[in-house]
Amino acid sequence: MFEFIVSHYNYWMYIALMMVGFYAMMAKRNLVKKIIGMNIFQSAIILFYISTSVKRGATVPILEHAHEGHGAVAHAAHAVDVMQYANPLPHVLMLTAIVVMVATLGVALAVAIMIYKRYHTLEEDEIMMSIRRG
Amino acid sequence: MIAQIPILIVVIPLLFSVLCPLIGLWRKGLCYSWAILALSLCAVASIDTLFAVMGGGTIHYRLGGWAPPFGIEYVIDHLNAMMLVIVSLISLIVAIYSRRSVEQELPEKIVYFYTVFLLQVTGFLGIVITGDLFNLYVFLEIGSLAGYALIAIGEDGAPLATFRYIVMGTIGACFYLLGVGYIYISTGSLNMADVQQILPQLYHSKVILTAVAFLLAGIAIKMALFPVHVWLPDAYTKAPSAVSALIAPLMTKISLYVMIRVLFTVFQPHLSIELLPITDIMVWAGVIAILGGAVMALAQTDFKRMLCYVVVAEVGYIVGGVGLANTVAMKGAILHILNDAVMTVGLFTVAGIVTYKTKSHNLSDFEDLFRKMPFTMAAFVVVALSIIGVPPTCGFFSKWYLIQGALIAKHWAFLAALLFSSLVSVILFFRIFEIGYVFRASNGTQTHGDEHTAIINEAPLSMLIPTIAIAIAMILIGLYNQAIVSNIIAFAIPKL
Repeated sequence: MFEFIVSHYNYWMYIALMMVGFYAMMAKRNLVKKIIGMNIFQSAIILFYISTSVKRGATVPILEHAHEGHGAVAHAAHAVDVMQYANPLPHVLMLTAIVVMVATLGVALAVAIMIYKRYHTLEEDEIMMSIRRG
Repeated sequence: MIAQIPILIVVIPLLFSVLCPLIGLWRKGLCYSWAILALSLCAVASIDTLFAVMGGGTIHYRLGGWAPPFGIEYVIDHLNAMMLVIVSLISLIVAIYSRRSVEQELPEKIVYFYTVFLLQVTGFLGIVITGDLFNLYVFLEIGSLAGYALIAIGEDGAPLATFRYIVMGTIGACFYLLGVGYIYISTGSLNMADVQQILPQLYHSKVILTAVAFLLAGIAIKMALFPVHVWLPDAYTKAPSAVSALIAPLMTKISLYVMIRVLFTVFQPHLSIELLPITDIMVWAGVIAILGGAVMALAQTDFKRMLCYVVVAEVGYIVGGVGLANTVAMKGAILHILNDAVMTVGLFTVAGIVTYKTKSHNLSDFEDLFRKMPFTMAAFVVVALSIIGVPPTCGFFSKWYLIQGALIAKHWAFLAALLFSSLVSVILFFRIFEIGYVFRASNGTQTHGDEHTAIINEAPLSMLIPTIAIAIAMILIGLYNQAIVSNIIAFAIPKL
């Protein structure tokens, strides 16, 4: 059991980070803290995806010297051994996801600024009180 | 050119959206026509695609010519061809309708409004058209982010409602992304058709169970299924009228479409129905959503807020109908996606007109409206009858299929919930009709004679004509429902 936990520590970290972010989004009353929680939550997913692409002893998926040599000999020499290379697809997906997350962060911060301009506070309780007072 | 139509459906609104601020720099007033032009082209392309699918079967479009498991593929079958037409036509109608309402509510932001409006439609169309799981996530976020921006510029309190929506929506999208991740690590593919081929050997793996759970939880948040609907009423009530009319009918329906795709295309019905009790849970979730939405709608005094809870109940109809998992109920559920999109846009356009005239949207604002705005109220009566389910409006027919489906499945709780919610709708809307016939005494006592001609204070034509068109469409869909069901929906339902 202990072996299992230690050998998969990156996945445990992802779950822990995700729960930290989730807690901050649900329980914190300050809007900026909620945004930070949201970011931690999203980063945990990036960690998860990147973890899935890791291989022990593998390198970046770029073929070295692929253009040297000629004909069939060269092709046989450069037949791709999948185990030598890290899986590039999760990295590419996460680059896209990072862009999405940055955009979400930007929109969330912009909305937080709108709220601050209107209520002069970022504490949810105080905002609710000032709404109730009208 | 003709072969490229599937990609054009997404590229047209995206390109027009990017160019919109430039047009706005030159002439502010042109943005409205620009958006209409974009959406008309989109609507033509979608309708053309629908006929192509009806004539020649499923269309596959490879982006950049890359073969499916590696490249992104757009797959258009009967189900998404129908959704494409719904999305593009409803957004076109709302765009036509939006002119006066935006001029009144957001005079400073007309240019940016239409920019983000087109971006929002891009997101919706992209979600519907794509055949790739990760591509769907990206479009889901494009649509959601544009939605956050549009809702946040609404009336007082909109930013806070939007903030809550952002938090909930992000959790939903992240859950979906995690589900896709689990599918990817077990199959090595993101293409829906490819995943469908590979998955059956893995159905007993715990990774797949986790993937199902994350995907469905994420989509449930996006579609506002009852216990996680809390973001919806606030956000859609406070949004500008034109925005609620666009997002309320489309966002929930598109999430329902994604749910049907995930359950019956990515996974096979064998998993969703036999191996796991997903569909049983869905029927009960539908029952709870219908009851919860109906009861909460009764408690509201704000018209738009009441409509939001009606939307929550309608989501329950479709989730439950899909969960019954027989052909008749599935026909009903898919027909109800079409009908409910039309009905919801009808309700919110009426709400927009009332807001435009009275500057608020409480139920008490309906006082005297039958005399002041006879045409708007006539359209409203048709929409209300359709929600209640009176033939020959379209709402009756999908409800009829759903009730038949519940009888076949012998699911009495769902049947009872359907009938209960119809009765509640009667109370909801006849209460408003009653308020509408209350004539203010001061008008009657002070002026006599020609008050009848003087008092009519109808909405501007650019708002009135789309609303009446929706009401007429509702009756036409009702009359021709048999043709729609046998030509499109019969092919759209998954093989159970």
